[in-house]
Amino acid sequence: MLEIEINGKKAEVPEGSTVIEAAQLSGVYIPHFCYHKKLSIAASCRMCLVEVEKSARPLPACATPVTNGMKVFTHSALAVKAQQSVMEFLLINHPLDCPVCDQGGECLLQDVAVGYGSAKSCFAEKKHVTKGKNAGSLISMREMSRCIHCTRCVRFGEEIAGIMELGMAYRSAHSEITTFLGRAIESELSGNLTDVCPVGALTSKPFRYTARSWELTSHRSISPHDSIGANITVQTRAGRVMRVLPHENEAVNECWLSDKDRFSYTALHTEERLTKPMLKQGGEWREVSWNDALDYVAHGLKDIAASAGNDALAALAAPWASVEELYLLQKLMRGLGSDNVDCRPRRRDFSLDGKHAGATWLGMKIADLRHLESVLVVGSFLHKDHPLLTQRLRHAVQKHHAEINILSVTDEDPKLALHTRQTVRPSELLYALAAVVREAAKIKGVSMPELASVPENESARKIATSLMNAGSKAVLLGHVAEQADTAGLLHQLGLRLAELTGANFGFLGEAANSVGGQLLGLGEKAKMNAHQMFANPRQAYFLFGLEPELDVANPVKTVAALKAAKMVVLATPFKHAPALQYADALLPLAAFTETSGTYVNIEGCAQSFAGAASPSGESRPGWKILRVLANALDLPGFAFESSEEVLREAWREAGVKVDAEGYVSGLDNKLTHAPELKLPSSAQLREGELERIADVPIYMTDPTVRRAAPLQETPASASPKARASAATLKKLGLAAEDAVVVRQDGGEARLTLALDEGVPEGCLRVAAGHPATSALGGMFAPISVERA
Amino acid sequence: MRALKHFIRSFTLWELLQGLAVTGRYFFTRKVTVRYPEEKTPQGFRFRGLHALRRYPDGEERCIACKLCEAVCPTKAITIELAERDDGSRRTTRYDIDLGKCVFCGFCEEACPVEAIVETRVLEYCGRTRSDLYYSKEKLLANGERHAATIDADKALDAKYR
Repeated sequence: MLEIEINGKKAEVPEGSTVIEAAQLSGVYIPHFCYHKKLSIAASCRMCLVEVEKSARPLPACATPVTNGMKVFTHSALAVKAQQSVMEFLLINHPLDCPVCDQGGECLLQDVAVGYGSAKSCFAEKKHVTKGKNAGSLISMREMSRCIHCTRCVRFGEEIAGIMELGMAYRSAHSEITTFLGRAIESELSGNLTDVCPVGALTSKPFRYTARSWELTSHRSISPHDSIGANITVQTRAGRVMRVLPHENEAVNECWLSDKDRFSYTALHTEERLTKPMLKQGGEWREVSWNDALDYVAHGLKDIAASAGNDALAALAAPWASVEELYLLQKLMRGLGSDNVDCRPRRRDFSLDGKHAGATWLGMKIADLRHLESVLVVGSFLHKDHPLLTQRLRHAVQKHHAEINILSVTDEDPKLALHTRQTVRPSELLYALAAVVREAAKIKGVSMPELASVPENESARKIATSLMNAGSKAVLLGHVAEQADTAGLLHQLGLRLAELTGANFGFLGEAANSVGGQLLGLGEKAKMNAHQMFANPRQAYFLFGLEPELDVANPVKTVAALKAAKMVVLATPFKHAPALQYADALLPLAAFTETSGTYVNIEGCAQSFAGAASPSGESRPGWKILRVLANALDLPGFAFESSEEVLREAWREAGVKVDAEGYVSGLDNKLTHAPELKLPSSAQLREGELERIADVPIYMTDPTVRRAAPLQETPASASPKARASAATLKKLGLAAEDAVVVRQDGGEARLTLALDEGVPEGCLRVAAGHPATSALGGMFAPISVERA
Repeated sequence: MRALKHFIRSFTLWELLQGLAVTGRYFFTRKVTVRYPEEKTPQGFRFRGLHALRRYPDGEERCIACKLCEAVCPTKAITIELAERDDGSRRTTRYDIDLGKCVFCGFCEEACPVEAIVETRVLEYCGRTRSDLYYSKEKLLANGERHAATIDADKALDAKYR
């Protein structure tokens, strides 16, 4: 510890601190622009100049390390003069357009100018004007004259987003921040630029000119769009969500948010919002009252249960439904005598159900990801599926030279330096991982006869060595590994590898509440899981919060089962055209900002949130719908008054303990009785068939994100193409840009071919979760392609 | 002596005469009463009456939807909604003043960075219902056009004190 005296007040600060950090610790504010606690030090704005004893000149507090016995003065005549002079310089070219600037009222420059600037300016010349730029649909760069060249955005791109999309061009007074070649910003973390920018140069485009910061009411909430449950601040005006900002939580999202979390609110007030219950009567859709709708649903479910047996009912919930909703849905279905409830719509392999020792999770704290030295990520579209987890890994690479190894099915650049990458066909993912296990066993000197037949390869050796040599390490399974039809074997192999290398074993997590669903035993303890309930069509389906043609592993089979069913009830926030064909009742569900609930994130933290805005139209929170429906069905034990009551009962019934910090018990990636590890011989494709690689595009992951217009206008949301490597195309006798028909499970889609050398030979990459491909079948199943 | 004085005063109705003298004096002085509405009292150029939204000489509305008037209004009488206009400028889509709430403090005029919202000298307006006193953007802009000459002249008079 070092001793420092700031403005005559003594303080002890850790070694290596800078003066600005020391001041922050002792509660002294030093004005600054370019300094940001998560970014490197630039010391370019000079706003934080302070007087230091024995120094003739004022020194920048952000770049001056504390020495023992240092005496700092932040309000001395010298410091004040320096601050006022710097402020005058910064305002020379800054336009006086605060009244039309969206940053007005929450602007660092405004605040510091008032607090530390001088009322006079000697500048009488003309201000330098910088042209505005078009940076895409999320970030507004229209008024770049406001820029004070702090370069926070440039450093953010380099250090956090992993891609330097903004840079400083030209020199001195002419220098300006610009995107390279005027391209749009594509990073999936780009929204953070608006937080990082201390002035109004980079502002949010969807929020542009809609409200002022002082008229917004802030509510804490949790983002439902990925597995980490980013903490958000939902800001409303007159009951309407105006924007979403990050809520700082070092354990989860730090001070960042992915664009998905930040801009999904734009979907909340679109035309497609379902605001009234609707029933199909005589082939016509009619808006009805809640009473009529619930009456109809209750009678329908009861009639079918009575005539076709309880087992004829099935329920499928979205993995982004809250713990309360999932619990009530399960309780309601069990009350009706049916045990067919699941919340894992994208899974295909359920072979480990009943063998899990607990709910599968990350196996470690999210915050510890940055301390890893070696990581193996298996089967993941890393930065698209997990923008903020990838950011943690990026930090580990940049700060601690961590070795990141990726074993996956495409070679997309996750924007971090990789140690080893192996791209294989989905069906070979298993053997590639087995090869790593074998290498690890060889290094360790353990014999593994069951893997003797697995071919060796160089990448596997490198990955195994990297994992063996590192101090802290992890094996993490992503979406592809969890959704593959060999998911169970991949899980076993991952466990085996972790045992051999001493690494942590975990999952990156499918959705906001995948862990919560598992803790409640949804699906795992059910009679029929998400696959079986559609493979053996039921008579009545209750679908909760998802769109079956986009959110399930095999839309063709699912929709066929739904069309054949006597009754399909869909609780959803949005009206969507395909549902009007197979559904019989649509119940308007409140969106994530309009309901209260709890998500258990991938590190096992149960995060509860309350409603921030009033539900749109007559939509109602999911737990209330289920509770009242249960009353209409005369089921006992549904006298809940609040979602907290539901949560308490859910945890009690599931035997889950929640500690003071919100972490749940019952997490375990191990298996109680692992089946024998037996690798199947690789499946042979029929003549003319390819293996499909299906990613869910980043802004197509759930119904809310799919309707967020600004996100849909980004390059990442371009209509999917059928992508294949040159060798595959040659074999097919097709060329890039050809119009083709792809067929799968009796469904077909018309797409354009694109050349993508990242797709392994013999594979065709066709995105799932997109309306253009919703007529196709399984996500990693055989697919055929021919010229249109 | 005092009793005698009192006797004479009460006999001659002295207090009455005193009072009548006041009446008599005012009877012959210049009259200040005006015959409203034919005659009107003079107004200062800073008189705070009915609100108006101004335009620039080229016809462009001045208001840039900064919302400062809304923020400063002590009675929350102003309601503004805004959006980006097709040409990219920041404009109000709604600018309402509820004159039933307004206390004519003039803060909105003080806060306005572009001298868009002003309080005119007009004090003769009325409404039969409360909603008549709810002034929309169209009505306020019309006020501004109708009284443009007076407002400009008043602003010019006030300019040297700013």
